[in-house]
Amino acid sequence: MIPGAFDYHRPTTLAEATGLLAEHGDAARVLAGGHSLIPMMKLRMAAPEHLIDLAAIEALRGIALGTEIRIGAMVTQAELIAHEGLAAACPILREAALQIADPQVRYVGTVGGNVANGDPGNDMPGLMQCLGARYALTGPDGSREVAARDFYHSAYVTERAEDEILTAILIPHPAPGTGYAYEKQKRKIGDYATAAAAVMVGRSAASIAMTNLADRPIWSQAAGAALASGDVAGAVAAALSEIDPSDDNRGPAEFKRHVAGVILKRAIERARARAA
Amino acid sequence: MNEMTPNQSERAEKLKGLGSSRKRVEDVRFTQGKGNYVDDIKLPGMLFGDFVRSPYAHARVVSIDADAAKALPGVVAVLTAADLAPLGLHWMPTLAGDKQMVLADGKVLFQGQEVAFVVATDRYAAADAVELIEVEYEELPVVTDPFKALEPGAPVLREDLAGKTEGAHGPRRHHNHIFTWEQGDKDATEQVLSGADVVAEEMIYYHRTHPCPLETCGCVASMDKVAGKLTVWGTFQAPHAVRTVASLISGIAEHNIRIISPDIGGGFGNKVGVYPGYICSIVASIVTGKPVKWVEDRMENLMATAFARDYWMKGRIAATKDGKITGLWCHVTADHGGFDACADPTKFPAGFFNICTGSYDIPVAYLAVDGVYTNKAPGGVAYRCSFRVTEAAYFIERMIEVLAIKLGMDAAELRRVNFIRKDQFPYHSALGWEYDSGDYHTAWDKALAAVGYEDLRAEQADRIEAFRRGETRKLMGIGLTFFTEIVGAGPVKNCDILGLGMFDSCEIRIHPTGSAIARLGTISQGQGHATTFAQILASEIGLPADDITIEEGDTDTAPYGLGTYGSRSTPVAGAATAMAGRKIRAKAQMIAAYLLEVHDDDVEWDVDRFVVKGAPERFKTMKEIAFAAYNQAIPGLEPGLEAVSYYDPPNMTYPFGAYVCVVDVDVDTGVTDIRRFYALDDCGTRINPMIIEGQVHGGLTEALAIAMGQEIAYDEMGNVKTGTLMDFFVPTAWETPHYETDWTTTPSPHHPIGAKGVGESPNVGGVPCFSNAVNDAFRAFGHVHAHMPHDHWRVWKIAHDLGLHG
Repeated sequence: MIPGAFDYHRPTTLAEATGLLAEHGDAARVLAGGHSLIPMMKLRMAAPEHLIDLAAIEALRGIALGTEIRIGAMVTQAELIAHEGLAAACPILREAALQIADPQVRYVGTVGGNVANGDPGNDMPGLMQCLGARYALTGPDGSREVAARDFYHSAYVTERAEDEILTAILIPHPAPGTGYAYEKQKRKIGDYATAAAAVMVGRSAASIAMTNLADRPIWSQAAGAALASGDVAGAVAAALSEIDPSDDNRGPAEFKRHVAGVILKRAIERARARAA
Repeated sequence: MNEMTPNQSERAEKLKGLGSSRKRVEDVRFTQGKGNYVDDIKLPGMLFGDFVRSPYAHARVVSIDADAAKALPGVVAVLTAADLAPLGLHWMPTLAGDKQMVLADGKVLFQGQEVAFVVATDRYAAADAVELIEVEYEELPVVTDPFKALEPGAPVLREDLAGKTEGAHGPRRHHNHIFTWEQGDKDATEQVLSGADVVAEEMIYYHRTHPCPLETCGCVASMDKVAGKLTVWGTFQAPHAVRTVASLISGIAEHNIRIISPDIGGGFGNKVGVYPGYICSIVASIVTGKPVKWVEDRMENLMATAFARDYWMKGRIAATKDGKITGLWCHVTADHGGFDACADPTKFPAGFFNICTGSYDIPVAYLAVDGVYTNKAPGGVAYRCSFRVTEAAYFIERMIEVLAIKLGMDAAELRRVNFIRKDQFPYHSALGWEYDSGDYHTAWDKALAAVGYEDLRAEQADRIEAFRRGETRKLMGIGLTFFTEIVGAGPVKNCDILGLGMFDSCEIRIHPTGSAIARLGTISQGQGHATTFAQILASEIGLPADDITIEEGDTDTAPYGLGTYGSRSTPVAGAATAMAGRKIRAKAQMIAAYLLEVHDDDVEWDVDRFVVKGAPERFKTMKEIAFAAYNQAIPGLEPGLEAVSYYDPPNMTYPFGAYVCVVDVDVDTGVTDIRRFYALDDCGTRINPMIIEGQVHGGLTEALAIAMGQEIAYDEMGNVKTGTLMDFFVPTAWETPHYETDWTTTPSPHHPIGAKGVGESPNVGGVPCFSNAVNDAFRAFGHVHAHMPHDHWRVWKIAHDLGLHG
C-alpha cells in the first residue's frame, strides 16, 4: 500500500494545468479528490510519474444556477449536498450524493472526479446521463462539450482525450413538476452499487439510467420512452434488456439482474409519486 | 464514629470497586490521539522491512533474483529462505505442534505467503525493492476444498511431511491429513441414533473469516549488540510466551530478550500467533545491528495472518417424540490451510469444540474432528471467542433449530425442555467438561418475557399470511440462541501452550502514601484492563481504583503470564489480582492489629479499613496501614507492602446468555434489516457494567459482521477474493443495529470474586442468533438451513430456491 515515486504539481490556473499535462503526456495524471486514483497508486496499479493536483484552481470550483446548472469539476460531494439552491433546482443530485461513500469521503471526493474517471461503479455518471448533462472539457486546442450519454465507452475508457481536463458539468434545469428518484442497493456504506437506478419522470418525458450493471453506465432511451407513455413494465423490461451485469462478490449476474428490475421499479414508483 | 464519618456504602462508592461503571482510564489518551502503538515507535537508525509475497496458492519457487533490488539506493538487505537456513530459522514451530515456513523454502502453499524479506532505510525504498525482486514460479495444482484435499489423488501439499504417518496429535491417514481428534462415546451414540424416535441431520458450514483488528500486526526488533540484549515491541497478545518462544527459536538466553506490547489496536485472536514478519525483523536486526520495523498493511493482514473458523460440521441429533434430546453426533472437517498454525492449548487440536453439547442435558455424544491441509493461509485462531467455542455454539444452536423443525416444535420450548437444570450444577457433560454454575431457565424466561416472544410469533404468523395474500414482500425472522461458553484457559493440569501452563499472575506494590501499582501477565487490546483490574483491587484492598495503576505488557517488569485471549484475563489474571490483593490484606491486618494494639483476630475488614471488633470507632484505614508498613518497625513483620500471586484456576468458567434477534427480510432483494436485538448475558459477578455493555456491543457487531457478510473467500485457483475492506465486511455505525442489553448474575463458585469473563460471549451467542433469525424467516416455506454469511445474494437465493420470486 505504498505508491511508487512521483512528482507533485499544484497549478493555480487551468492553462498551467493543461500545459503540464501536455508536457508530461502519458506520465502525468490529474488529481481531483483522489479517492479512486490514490488507492490505485497505493496498489501500484497506477504509477504516474507526475501528479497534477487541481485543488488550487479556483475556476474549477463553485456551483452556479443560471439558465442551466453549472457544477465546477472540483466541487466536492459534500458541497453539492449542502447547496440549498441546487437541492431545490435538481433534488435528485442531493439524494444520489447522499448514497455515495460516507461523509469523510464526500468531504474530499469531487463530482468531476466521479464522472471523469469512467469507473462503472461510480454513481454520478449514470445520474448525469439520466439528467441529460454535458461535460465541459479543456485541452491544448481549446474547450468543447460532450454529452454524458456519449462520454462513456467502457470501463475507464471515456471520450476525454489524455491531454484534456474535465472542468465542469452542465445540467439543464428539470421541467417543473418532474418526479425523481435515485435508488441504490449496496452491501454496506461506502460500497459500489449492487444495482442502482436514476429515474426522472415528468408529464410527457422520462429518463432512466442504471449504474454498475455493465462496463459503463446504461441510459436506456427505450426505457425512458416507455415510461413517458406510462408503461412501467415496458420501461423496466427495456432497461433490463440493455444491462450486462457480471459476477462479483456482490453476487452472480442472475441475482443482479433480478435486483436491478426490483430497484428500477421502486425508483419509478417513487419518482411517479413525486411528479406533480 | 460521628455523623461526619461516611457510612459503609458511601466509602465503598468512593473506591469505585466491583460494580462501578467507572469510566475507562485508557480513553483519556486514546480520545486525544496520544496512544502509543507499534507503528508510533521510532528508534534512531531504524530500518523498514517489507515482504515479497506469492501471487500463487501452490507453486514451486524455481529461482529468486534480488540483484536489482539490492542495487536500489536505500536497500540494506534481502533475506530469503537460503539466508535463514544456516540459522535454522527458515522454518518455525507453530502453536499447534506443526512447523511453518518463515520464507518460502522451495515452494509456496498459499497466496500471500512470504517469499523474501527486504530491509531498507525507509518504507518507500522497501516497497520499490519488493517490485524489483524477480521470482520464478512453477505453478502446481491447487486444492482449496478440504474434502477434495483428502481424495486419493489430491495434490501433495506438505512434501516436508512425506512418509510421516504420525503427527503432533496422532496418526495421519492421508498426505493432506493433519489429525483426527475424537471425544465421547461413539458406539453408545450411534446406538442411540439408530433407535431414536427422531433424528435430525444437517451439514453446517462455519465459513472462513478473519479477526481484522483495526491495527494490523507488526513489530520493531532492536538488537543491542553491545549489551547482547534483544528488545521487541510488537502487537503481541501473549508477550511472555513470545519471549520464551523467541528464546527457544533463536538461542538467545531468555533474560536477554525483552518483549514489550505497547498499546494494541484490537487483537481478537489475530495477534496470538507468531508470524514470519517477527522472525525476519529479529534476524534483520541481528544481522544489521539496527532496529527493524515491520508492519503489515491491510491486504497482507487479511491474506496472510491468521484466519478464523472454516469448519464443516456434520451433525446428527436424536430426540424423543416430545423433544427430549437423547444423543448428539458430530463430525468436523477442519480446513487449516497450508500449515497447522491453530492457536489452541496443546492438548486440544480442535480447541474446546467439545463444548458442542451446549446448554443442554444430552446424555450421550460423540465428536470427531479431522484437520486437513489446503492451499489457504494458515491460522485457525479464536476470533473473539475461546478456542473453537463459537463454532461449537453455532453448531449446536443451528442443530436445535433443525431439530425443532423436524419435531414441529417451537424452538424456544425445545430449548427449555432440554436445558441443564440449576440443580444439576456442577454439571458433567457427555464430552468431558464440568460446567461450574448456571441458571438457564431463569435467564431464558427473562429473555422471552423481555421481547414478548409470544407476540412476536403471532406477528410473524400474521406476516406470513399477509405475504401469501400478496400484501407484503417482507418476511420476518425470529432468531433464538442460548449459549454456554467455556473460557478462562486454564487449569495447568490440562491446559498449556508449547508446554507453558496457562496460569496467570499479578504483582502488587502498595506505595507509602496509599496508592499502588499492579502488574499483570495479561495485555489489554481494548478490553479496559487498566480500569477493571483496578476495580477488583479497590474492592479487595480498600484503596480507590483511581489511585491504582495497572501495568501490563513489558516482560522485564510484569510477572509471567500467558496473555489475553479466550476471555481468560478476568477468569485467570483477575483471580490472581484478587488473590494478590488478599495477601496484601492479610499483612495489612497484622499491621492494623499492631497499630491498634489488639490481637490479629480482634480486627475485621470494613470496606477500606480494619476495625476493632465491637469497637467501630477504633480503626486503621488502608492508607494509614500503607504508611505504617514503610515507617514502623513491626516485630515479626518485614517492612513494605507487596504481594505476588500466580493463579492456576481449578476449572474453566462457563458464562452463558440468552439472545433474541428479530429481522425483516426483503424477499426480492435479499436485504435484511435487524429490527431488534436483545442480549442477556450472565458473566457471573459484574466488575464494570459500562465496560460489559461496551464489550457486548462490540462482540455483537463482530457477530453481525460474520453472520451477515464477513468472509475470506477463495476462488478455485486459490486467489483471495476478499482482500480489501471493499469486499471484507467490517460494519460501521451505519450497518450496526440498536442493541438491548440485559443480565442475570450467577457467580462462578470457584473464582475468587465469582467473575466469569464476558468479552467473547456476544460473538459466540450473536453469530447463531443472527443466523437463526435469517433461517427462521423462511421456515414457513419449508426451508431448513442455509450457510452463512447471509449477505444479500445468498438470502435472495434462499427465496429464489423456494420459488418465492414467482
